[in-house]
Amino acid sequence: MNAALLDVQSVSKRFGGFAALTDVSLGVRAGERLGIIGPNGSGKTTLINCICGALRGHRGTILFDGHDVTGLAPYQRTRLGIARSFQIPRPFASMSLVDNVAVPLEYVARRDLTDRDLAPRDSKRRGPLAAADIRAEALAILDQMGLQAGADALAATLTQVGLRKLELARAMAARPRLLILDEVMAGLSSTEVDEVLALLFTLSERGVTILMIEHIMRAIMRFSERVVCLDAGRVMAEGPPATIAADPMVRRIYLGA
Amino acid sequence: MPLELLIEAVIAGVLLGCFYAAVSVGLSVAFGLLDVPQIAHPAFLVLGAYGAYLLGTYGVDPLLAGALLTPLFFVGGLGVYRLYHAVFEGRRDAGLGGLAFLFGIAFIVEVALILAFGVDQRMVEAAYIGRSVALGELRLPIRMLVAFGVALLLTGTLALYLSRTFTGRAIKAVAQDQTALALMGADPVRIKQWAFGIATGTCALAGALLIIVQPVEPGLGRLYIGRTFCVAVLAGLGSMPGTLAAGVILGVAESIVLTSLGASWAPAVAFGLLLLVLAIRPAGLFGR
Amino acid sequence: MRGWLNFGIGAAALLAAALATTQVVDNEYFFFAGYVVLQFVVLATAWNILGGYAGYVNFGSAAFFGIGAYVAVALFKAFEAPLAAQLAAAMAVTGLMGLAVGALTMRLRGVFFSIATVAIAVICETLVVNWGFVGGARGTAVLQPPAPPLFGSYTRMLFVAMTLFAVLAVAVARYIETSWIGRGLRALRDSEEAAESLGVPTLNLKLFAATASGALMGLAGAPLALYMSYIEPTSAFSLNYAVSALAMPIVGGTGSWLGPVIGALLLGSTQQIVTVTVSSELNVLIVGLLLVAFVVVAPQGIVGLLQRLSRLRGTK
Repeated sequence: MNAALLDVQSVSKRFGGFAALTDVSLGVRAGERLGIIGPNGSGKTTLINCICGALRGHRGTILFDGHDVTGLAPYQRTRLGIARSFQIPRPFASMSLVDNVAVPLEYVARRDLTDRDLAPRDSKRRGPLAAADIRAEALAILDQMGLQAGADALAATLTQVGLRKLELARAMAARPRLLILDEVMAGLSSTEVDEVLALLFTLSERGVTILMIEHIMRAIMRFSERVVCLDAGRVMAEGPPATIAADPMVRRIYLGA
Repeated sequence: MPLELLIEAVIAGVLLGCFYAAVSVGLSVAFGLLDVPQIAHPAFLVLGAYGAYLLGTYGVDPLLAGALLTPLFFVGGLGVYRLYHAVFEGRRDAGLGGLAFLFGIAFIVEVALILAFGVDQRMVEAAYIGRSVALGELRLPIRMLVAFGVALLLTGTLALYLSRTFTGRAIKAVAQDQTALALMGADPVRIKQWAFGIATGTCALAGALLIIVQPVEPGLGRLYIGRTFCVAVLAGLGSMPGTLAAGVILGVAESIVLTSLGASWAPAVAFGLLLLVLAIRPAGLFGR
Repeated sequence: MRGWLNFGIGAAALLAAALATTQVVDNEYFFFAGYVVLQFVVLATAWNILGGYAGYVNFGSAAFFGIGAYVAVALFKAFEAPLAAQLAAAMAVTGLMGLAVGALTMRLRGVFFSIATVAIAVICETLVVNWGFVGGARGTAVLQPPAPPLFGSYTRMLFVAMTLFAVLAVAVARYIETSWIGRGLRALRDSEEAAESLGVPTLNLKLFAATASGALMGLAGAPLALYMSYIEPTSAFSLNYAVSALAMPIVGGTGSWLGPVIGALLLGSTQQIVTVTVSSELNVLIVGLLLVAFVVVAPQGIVGLLQRLSRLRGTK
């Protein structure tokens, strides 16, 4: 699979006088594991917002699986197969964990007309999710994240770590072809990071393309096939993890030396 | 429209617009800087107007009454913000609760005024009300000139305060980045409370202006929700010069519509302009 | 499914009871007060579909209510239109109003929708006051059609009709709440960004809720002229409707369809008692005070308080 699933073409975004992104181009192959690094304020989240449609009115084009999605609303892009987690978790606080996960199941998986199947339990099942199966499916996804114990509790009662896991669970429930993770591992312990990485590797094996923004270098280096480094809204370096880690410019960007 | 009529409308509109700026300046602070959807602002204006009326029955000049009542309104604003912040600015459903609360406050103020003063219109008397001065062919009502002057004074003072004093700059800072401000040792909540107090305090003097410019009745607040929010949004993010400019734009627009289409359409101008601004440039004139 | 069966049985029983009272009860005031309270059930339920479920606060409920009344009366005066046609037209117009206000403002922050509803209220009242055909500021008298068979008077028939509307409104609210629509609305109320990114068509859902809410408010107002045999703008667009439509769901509880019903029954009855014994201004003040009190102290409303009580008792 060498076709570009995601093709970001010369995207620029300004906020008043501030240039958040300048001429950023990026190609992500189907099935690839891409890592994005860069200091705070380098435009990583802005780039994600442009890809997902949370930010419109930018210059440049976003192509997903050959379709021009630049003008589409976020929910339409999600239905095409792009899902994301938020850097600062945004749970549906008044709803239970099960209901939180049920929302993307209801709005994406139920309408899933393609052959995409990423159901954690039964990899043989294809096609859209039946209404009656939503709760069971939600519980299964929560189980994968270790959240099944308090599944019927309100999301407002979760700890920070629990909230991040819920973010990931919801994004997975949307049956994405492209999963974008915005610092999903912040605040996790070493063991938890390994657990999440194992889960992500499994998803990758099933064919999900994963774009990971992280500050935890260990995770990025282990997980990514390719790493892109952003600084001040521009792509500064691109290449395999080992090369990027050794790149003096990257070191300078991060350490300011 | 004949040119003469247009010029008259524009000049009247500029005076009217500065008045609108004066009554909206508090909302620019509360909504523009503090992000509080202060729909009770016009109700506080009407409250201030009635305060001026009440003191007027003892022979106090309305502007003086407004100045005297300002500390009272300031303290009231401190209290309202304290309650608002404690109850709503942490809640998940902040939108619904906060709005409903402020609407309830506005409503209670209106009904209380009805119970105290009845529904009839009230006016005040002063040397400068009821007389006009001639400017060539035009007759300019002196009370509008007074409003014009006070408006410039209010916006100018607040602009200076916000840019020259420590607290003022802290207020502008808290609008932009609360966390950074906290890290610099200032308490964001106390600063916001102080700012809201100022915003409410302006309603005393602005309310006095209101009753100088036109007769008031308890339900008048609802008409001014559109005007004040239009000016505050058009101004952009609590900018004081923006408030003045936005007020003038609204004033001139309303004045022209008044001259050409009649009085019943004038209230719609503010809402129409507001929707236009939100559609085209929601950040306002001076917002980022 | 069983929930709906129970609901249906309850609704049928209620309608039967309403019908029975028209045959048995002699006191006209009973039907007047009952009509007013039922009217508030519809209004509060309608408000809550947009306010409680989606989080968008409508301050101009009086506009939708009043326009519903005036569309109905205009059709009646012009064509002697039957009640069903009046209702349909009223709902169509107010539904469209809801859609229009939503379409103009729902891409922005919630407060701008609320301000736009204030604008609608001001504009509608101005329009009607200048509309000579329905009497303008002075209003107009309406002659009730002859009473249909089985009912003692046309008024009593409207009482039963309003009972039916209340059942209808609650059924619609209950359906929305328990369906996938309700889940989407709750999600976008809690975090619109997250909901949108998880496939929820937030704008479309909000517009749907605004339309449904507006239409049902028009339904609440439509029979007003025929009921009172008179209509005039100040009472049709009374601020009391706007505040009550807000206060009743908040006092009762915005989380479910039961809240607005409880709030309407409680506050509606209280209003009747206070207006008759003390004064109408005081009545309106009480509603305002209750609104503020509940919003600050008990935001989950009476339903929420009862739920907490039962949970506490359950853990003993």
